[in-house]
Amino acid sequence: MPISNTLMNLFGPSPFKPLQAHMRVVVQCAGHVPGLFEALCDDEMEKMKKIRDEIFVLENRADQIKNELRSHLPKSFFMPVDRRDLLEILDLQDSIADTAQDIAGMLMVRRPKVLDSIRGPLMDLTQRCLDACNQMAAIMEHLDELVETGFRGPESEIVVVMIGELNRIETDTDQKGMAVLRQLFAHENEIDPVSLMVWHRLIHWVGDLANYSEKVGNRLRLLVAH
Amino acid sequence: MTVIAEHGAALIALAVIFGLFMTWGIGANDVANALGTSVGSGAITVRTAIIIAAIFEFLGAVLAGGHVTKTIRKGIIDPGPIADNPEILVFGMLAALLAAGTWLALASIRGWPVSTTHSIVGALVGFAIAGIGFDAVNWGKIGLIATSWVISPFLGGLAAFALMMSIRRLILNTEKPFESAVRWAPVYAFLVGFIMALVTLFKGLKHLNLNLSIPMSFLAAAAIGLAVAVAARTFIKRVPMDKTADRHFQFASVEQVFVPLMILTACAMAFAHGSNDVANGIGPLAAVLALVRSGGDLAQTSPVPIWVLLLGGTGILVGLATYGYRVMQTIGTKITQLTPTSGFCATMAAAATVVLASRIAIPVSTTHIAVGAVMGVGLAHGFAALDLRVVGKIFVSWVVTLPAGGALAALFFFFLKGVFT
Repeated sequence: MPISNTLMNLFGPSPFKPLQAHMRVVVQCAGHVPGLFEALCDDEMEKMKKIRDEIFVLENRADQIKNELRSHLPKSFFMPVDRRDLLEILDLQDSIADTAQDIAGMLMVRRPKVLDSIRGPLMDLTQRCLDACNQMAAIMEHLDELVETGFRGPESEIVVVMIGELNRIETDTDQKGMAVLRQLFAHENEIDPVSLMVWHRLIHWVGDLANYSEKVGNRLRLLVAH
Repeated sequence: MTVIAEHGAALIALAVIFGLFMTWGIGANDVANALGTSVGSGAITVRTAIIIAAIFEFLGAVLAGGHVTKTIRKGIIDPGPIADNPEILVFGMLAALLAAGTWLALASIRGWPVSTTHSIVGALVGFAIAGIGFDAVNWGKIGLIATSWVISPFLGGLAAFALMMSIRRLILNTEKPFESAVRWAPVYAFLVGFIMALVTLFKGLKHLNLNLSIPMSFLAAAAIGLAVAVAARTFIKRVPMDKTADRHFQFASVEQVFVPLMILTACAMAFAHGSNDVANGIGPLAAVLALVRSGGDLAQTSPVPIWVLLLGGTGILVGLATYGYRVMQTIGTKITQLTPTSGFCATMAAAATVVLASRIAIPVSTTHIAVGAVMGVGLAHGFAALDLRVVGKIFVSWVVTLPAGGALAALFFFFLKGVFT
């Protein structure tokens, strides 16, 4: 005997909790990237393999959460946030995990030759990009309070300040990215062209980790705009 | 006339049975909607909800249920044309009860969102048209009632919206939400107590021989409001305070402050529901009783006996205890993101609207008002996600219930008429 409950059927499941859960998995996934590069530079292949597996598992989990969220988000839902805005944030977050996966995948398929001169700037860049991801995570943790306060008031002001900080971090990563590339091309004759190409790709992807994070921040800026 | 005299006892017995059937249905179906937001927000357990319902539905029925009962009993049908055959009205009332109860039972089985109020009013109108004639229906009153069915959810929504915005302004969007919450919560508690008491006690409770002048009503209501506020204060003081905590923790504490307030509104909602919906079951019963007792005198206007109100309250309780709790148990597991602040706004707005309708003797759908209130909070964006398809389903059931109840009532009427004559 199906139990009718009009009122309770009126409430749809919160998409914000899964969105935050997705964010945490994605940031955890990206967090493994520095370890990947360190293992590469230290020539520890077993370790690199383990980290790669971990990244793949996390990216998979992120996809599951993403699909769950999408499955329970019909057009008929009435929410404080436009469905499209929500899905865009979800996609941007997911791109972070996908990018980490791309990096891990590439390193397993074609290990580039390691240059001592780029190790320093590379780790610098990677860490700063992770800072961007973590800042994005901190901002997204405020999402449920933003929903409760109607995206206004002191809460939104705190978030706007944090987004500003995120913009600064991302600009920083742009600079650091160029520094790594400069080093790379300065020593281009010391490595084979394919390694050069692979490094170029990897550095680009690492920068993407920060770019996507910033884009998420900018989406939130739109949500609290008034 | 002789039909009534001949079968008086049997008719009363049938009325009591059908009345209990109907109130059982009300308890089984409706109470979950009344207390759903309170259970769903985590403020009270299902068991607590049952106890609250037990006490306050009863109180609402007995203290404030008389006005709507009068409307259901005499306000809808104009029995002028059948002055010589008053037993027709008796059969009609019985038929309406049976029809509405049956429709409720069917809806429960199928999981349709049906209003108990719409069922009984539709049934009464259906019988009147089929059994007496088009003119037997007090169309002016029906027009008023139908208008209220459209207006009351909006009213509830508006009140809920205003409440939610005020909580945002006064508490959530301040620099120190927790301190604001502790300061303002007793005011909200006062409001709940004051409004519920004022509406109920306005000019007194006639059937309990309690007469109050208008100023006295305000005074009494204010006193009750104050008592409630003080009681709320003591509960709120128990909430752990860490004034230096970051906003995230502060918000959690704000919600904790609103838990006692949610319990308060649960009581208010149960009271309001009892006051408006008990009439759906015992209004016709009271009519049959009066007719049989007076030997078919359609014009008499004796008040509704207390025991009838008590019977209605009991029926609701039994329905709640046997079936209604199952519905509430599914609520408990389903909703986790309904916050006490949002639930408070929706429930208080709904309770105030329903009890006001009870006072002006209009039978309204508590379910629809509750939905309207939830939509009001949703519009203020106090909820993460509302599924609007449910609103569409409610609208459809609204349209279907009236003719369905009416047709069933007409059917049962002719059946009963055949049996007894």
